[in-house]
Amino acid sequence: MTIDWIHFTPWAALAGGALIGLAAALLWWLTGRIAGISGLVGGLLTAPSDWAFRLAFTLGLIAAPLLWRLFAPLPEIQLSASFAWMLAAGLVVGVGVKLGSGCTSGHGVCGLARLSPRSLAATLSFMATGFITVWLLRHGLGG
Amino acid sequence: MNRPMMIVAAGLVGVLFGLGLIVAGMANPAKVLAFLDVAGAWDPSLALVMGGAIGVALPAFALSRRRERGWLGARFDWPRATQIDRRLLLGGALFGVGWGMAGVCPGPALVLLGAGVPQALGFVAAMLAGMWLVGKLWPAK
Repeated sequence: MTIDWIHFTPWAALAGGALIGLAAALLWWLTGRIAGISGLVGGLLTAPSDWAFRLAFTLGLIAAPLLWRLFAPLPEIQLSASFAWMLAAGLVVGVGVKLGSGCTSGHGVCGLARLSPRSLAATLSFMATGFITVWLLRHGLGG
Repeated sequence: MNRPMMIVAAGLVGVLFGLGLIVAGMANPAKVLAFLDVAGAWDPSLALVMGGAIGVALPAFALSRRRERGWLGARFDWPRATQIDRRLLLGGALFGVGWGMAGVCPGPALVLLGAGVPQALGFVAAMLAGMWLVGKLWPAK
């Protein structure tokens, strides 16, 4: 293992993480809801009674980069994947988060923060296959 | 949950969450992949994102255990599921595969959509389709 010190951004990571944690804490204390993005967004598909609540949260996420741009240019976004590859990745993510009842926010942040063994199990499983998948794509399969 | 105050709170928190993702570097798929690539030039930043987030959220959840309701009178909606079953582990594992394929998870996908990245539209549409499919074919009991 070699650490990429040039691209390592500890302070931005901690600050951004703290903002994410603050958002999760505020949603909990203001509305009593877990800030699980896949659950809040995915729930929209079933036309639930709280659709406006879910839609507002979703639109807030989409609006964040637009608001950012009013004050500063967005940090670099590097995405080399093709449209077809992104379709495939999105489909696998959608199936996975629905089956597993959560993603990085619901299990990884909120679940771990409330010390849920179930969320820890989910987080360990997606971290493990995330590492394995990148290894296979970059090093394992003739990468 | 349909009180205007709740809806406004959800929108503002969504914005804050999105800004956090941008500051953290989570909205840059290459950075996420650099974290998941432990065998390459490893960028450990994202471990600190998770640490920072949990560091703030953990006391917020802990403090709420002594109360029934939050600041605006809404009852704390604690997740009830506790079982660690095949469905959870398989779902988590599949999500990890998709995450590793592109370096994008659901929150950053929405931020990338707002940033006008064309592939994000495909990712989000396919993600919703995947969620819908599971809801139709294999609904939770």
